[in-house]
Amino acid sequence: MRSETSNIWRRIDWLLILFYILFVGFGWLNIYAASAGEDAQSFLTFSNNHGKQLYWIIFCIPFIFITLLINAKFYVKYASAFYMASILSLIGLFLFGKNINGATSWYSIGSMGIQPSEFAKSAIALAMAKLVCDKHFKLGSFKHQLEAFILIAIPGILIALQPDPGSAIIYLSFILVLHREGLPISYLYISFFAITLFIATLYFGYTSLLISLIILFFFISIYIYKYKQKVFRQYLYKIIVLFLISISYTYSTQIIFDHVFEQRHRDRFNILLGKTIDVKDIGYNTNQSVRAIASGGDFGKGFLQGERTRGNFVPEQQTDYIFCTVGEEWGFAGTATVVVLFLFFILRILYKSERQKSPFTRIYGIGVASVFFFHFAINIGMVVGILPTIGIPLPFFSYGGSSLWGFTLLLFIFIRLDANKRNEL
Amino acid sequence: MKRSILLTLIFTLTGIIFIARLFYLQVLENPYKIPTIYSSAVKVKFDYPERGYIYDRNGNLMVANQPSYDIMVIPGEVKLKDTLEFCQLLKISKKKFIDKQKKAWNYSTRIPSIFVPQVSKVDFGYLQEKMHKYEGFYIQKRSLREYPLNSSSNILGYISEVDEQLIQEKKEYQLGELIGTAGVEKTYEKELRGTKGVRFFQRDRFNKIIGPYKKGIYDTLPSPGKDITLTVDSNLQKYGEQLMQNKRGGIVALEPSSGEILALISAPTYNPNMLVGRKRSQNFTKLYLDTINKPLFDRGLQGEYPPGSPFKSLTALIALQEGAIDEKTSIRCSGGYRYGKKSTEYMECHCGKKGENFKLHKAIYKSCNTYFANAYRKTIEKFESPSVGIDTWKNHLESFGLGNYLNNDLSVGKKGLIPGSKLYDRWYSDVNWQATYTISNSIGQGEVLTTPIQLANMTAAIANRGHYFTPHIVKEIDGKEIDLKFKTPKETSIDKAYFNPIIDGLFSVLEHEEGTARFSRVKGIEICGKTGTAENPHGQDHSIFIAFAPKDDPKIALAVFVENGYWGSRWAGPIASLMIEKYLTGNITNTSNEKRMLNGSLEDEYEKQYQEKLLKLEKRNE
Repeated sequence: MRSETSNIWRRIDWLLILFYILFVGFGWLNIYAASAGEDAQSFLTFSNNHGKQLYWIIFCIPFIFITLLINAKFYVKYASAFYMASILSLIGLFLFGKNINGATSWYSIGSMGIQPSEFAKSAIALAMAKLVCDKHFKLGSFKHQLEAFILIAIPGILIALQPDPGSAIIYLSFILVLHREGLPISYLYISFFAITLFIATLYFGYTSLLISLIILFFFISIYIYKYKQKVFRQYLYKIIVLFLISISYTYSTQIIFDHVFEQRHRDRFNILLGKTIDVKDIGYNTNQSVRAIASGGDFGKGFLQGERTRGNFVPEQQTDYIFCTVGEEWGFAGTATVVVLFLFFILRILYKSERQKSPFTRIYGIGVASVFFFHFAINIGMVVGILPTIGIPLPFFSYGGSSLWGFTLLLFIFIRLDANKRNEL
Repeated sequence: MKRSILLTLIFTLTGIIFIARLFYLQVLENPYKIPTIYSSAVKVKFDYPERGYIYDRNGNLMVANQPSYDIMVIPGEVKLKDTLEFCQLLKISKKKFIDKQKKAWNYSTRIPSIFVPQVSKVDFGYLQEKMHKYEGFYIQKRSLREYPLNSSSNILGYISEVDEQLIQEKKEYQLGELIGTAGVEKTYEKELRGTKGVRFFQRDRFNKIIGPYKKGIYDTLPSPGKDITLTVDSNLQKYGEQLMQNKRGGIVALEPSSGEILALISAPTYNPNMLVGRKRSQNFTKLYLDTINKPLFDRGLQGEYPPGSPFKSLTALIALQEGAIDEKTSIRCSGGYRYGKKSTEYMECHCGKKGENFKLHKAIYKSCNTYFANAYRKTIEKFESPSVGIDTWKNHLESFGLGNYLNNDLSVGKKGLIPGSKLYDRWYSDVNWQATYTISNSIGQGEVLTTPIQLANMTAAIANRGHYFTPHIVKEIDGKEIDLKFKTPKETSIDKAYFNPIIDGLFSVLEHEEGTARFSRVKGIEICGKTGTAENPHGQDHSIFIAFAPKDDPKIALAVFVENGYWGSRWAGPIASLMIEKYLTGNITNTSNEKRMLNGSLEDEYEKQYQEKLLKLEKRNE
């Protein structure tokens, strides 16, 4: 035991920690730039956001030490308990939660708020690792597939009901983990096809899509009939079923979009698909953020020089839209660096995970990489205007204690598990 | 292992997409880099081009521009030391000042709004010296419309300020800019307006302008509005407006050889200068709320009335075309036409020649109802069923431009109504309807409705012996010819040969000693015309007249409509012949007629109608 703890500093991946320090440090500079309008000189204070964020960062240090010093086996053993605790904390929100901006996602403790969904990600990644690493668990079997999906769906649905659909989407990232661990490839095809159909329906409308589907399936049938006549009968049945499913899916997409979605969701999609142009009202966020980034140019306007950042042009500038500040003040040089660093960071986690002997660590690691990837892709995609507005933070950059601590926990559990690779878990 | 490669691939691909997007946004030139008026670092200044002038067909100026000065405010930049002094300077009360300030603040702190609109030239000179003292306020020069002729308000229309609602539809407009909202100002808005120029200026941290933004690469130059020449003859137009004083109705005069509108008069009208300047909104409300005179309602274009007897020329043309009658067909006038068994089911004839035999020529100049009722019935009954008959009849009428929009360059219009079998099938769903059910159509009563411009166009088609050009109001834009569709003739479905007997009949309406409009003759001008008296259940009959002249080389075709003018030859006939004489010769020989028309008033009749309406309303309320 003693030897393990004393050795841990030699075995942990300092490269990941270097990334972590860079992100948190650069992130804070941008929060400072975005909030320094008020009283720039005072740092360690609760009266402004950059002051608060500095506190959250400092509080991370003991938190990291504890995470690293705990025995790795502890995480494996209590994975289910963490999961249960997270689910309870999410259910508890419906009773004791505080409603901020229309969503009950917070517990308020004094003047502070804690968002349990940020911490739940680590617990679900652990539980997923525990479930899937079992020798008897086979992702080829439908029963086990169902188990894995339920594991993801429970927190996902609870969060969606808060309602915080943006954060709920993150839980889809665990599909990537399942895929890596042997989920039949057809799931990926189906999801890809479903997403394509979804967007195409919204873009072209139900009628024209129906016509194109008929044409598509007609040609597929002709193709098979011509070249694979022997199997045609067998395929024909499948093709008809697939065709019927596709058209009913397209139809229900239209119905859901028109009747289940709220107007604000519809607006976001329509603006992105270019079907509505609106720069003053609903599309304001996206338009302003894209403009702010574009105004940065090659090398940016310089630290603390971004007038859009400081003029509060972009709403949620310090949280979801913090990448705008990077874009405006540091230009393409800054944004490209951040994107490349993030990419290397995520690939590093993936690379480390793939080399694990312990399947638990491997699965957990891929979960971590997937969660970071989803946050990174959705957040930056939204800020640069190629994805619809989905309010989720950019890891380590966005202002907010809960999200910072949640991501720190997620990362450092992995670092801790990784440091343990010689001992089988 | 293959599966982990997929994840690497997805991650890397996403990274590449982001970098490509960022490269496009930040390094390449793209529309997101053009600053907007919402940006704080850049000041956007618009250069407004002067709105195009409007001339009449002879080059007389009808619409010009005059300068006007607005006091503007940028709320975010206001620093006022002495509000009271400023209020006194602007001649507004302190309360009004606070109201206006609140409104401007609510709109935007950064975008300028109009604080006091249209200060007078005298005040401007005085204010100009003092304005620099009040930060956040400045004077902006604008141009307003000016109408030197005080006429043609229904043709020219007016411009108004763009409101929030309109901006939603038309993104190229900014709040408070001007847009044509009626008449030619509306239909030719794009040409008249021109394109505003934009200049971008870089600001420093203290909001001071330090030079053009990016050396002015995004700046654009304004292009001036185009001048428009109308087809209208402003002298004729003004004369028509005078003739229609104290009456309600419309005159539409066309040049048959081109479809150009020579005059388009709607009475009562208003002075276009009323809708310019500080009194604009007050005056507009007054005009808008006048539901009795309806001065904003263009009766020449929007008034749908039964055409009355002028319609008989078409009844005859169709009957000739379909072979139901010929020139020699003789019909005896029995003093009316019985289309049912009941004593009320009887259409009386007012030709005063009961018992005489009529041929086409005499039937026209005496306007014999019996003759045309029979001709109509013969036409419809030539076909296997009344449905087919009436639809064929309808097709002929539509080829004259009736029953539908003329599809021209006027901002308003009405379809009128030409009934077809569908309408009667619906009305008489329980019985087999017959030609006789619809007999009043033959004399332009019944279900038929036309607008005066349709009637004028029909007259032009007769004058041209079988074709017309879509009536239009604009002749040239910046010296360039207009849309080709106004230059292509539209053929009617009636053969050319059938027009001559009709035209001879129309000529006798004035020239024959028994013609219904013999008192409207003008010496030396061969006028063809037709009187009309349209029954009106709400009061006196409407007075109608159509005419064209000269007979063999028509230069003008017109339709005159006077509401509650008793009968055709009482008001509409003389007005039409005065208009023709004025246009063709420039002066009037029959001055007594002119005097009677200029001074004549139907106001008493309208007042009586109004009182009756009130009485009816009172009774209903009791």
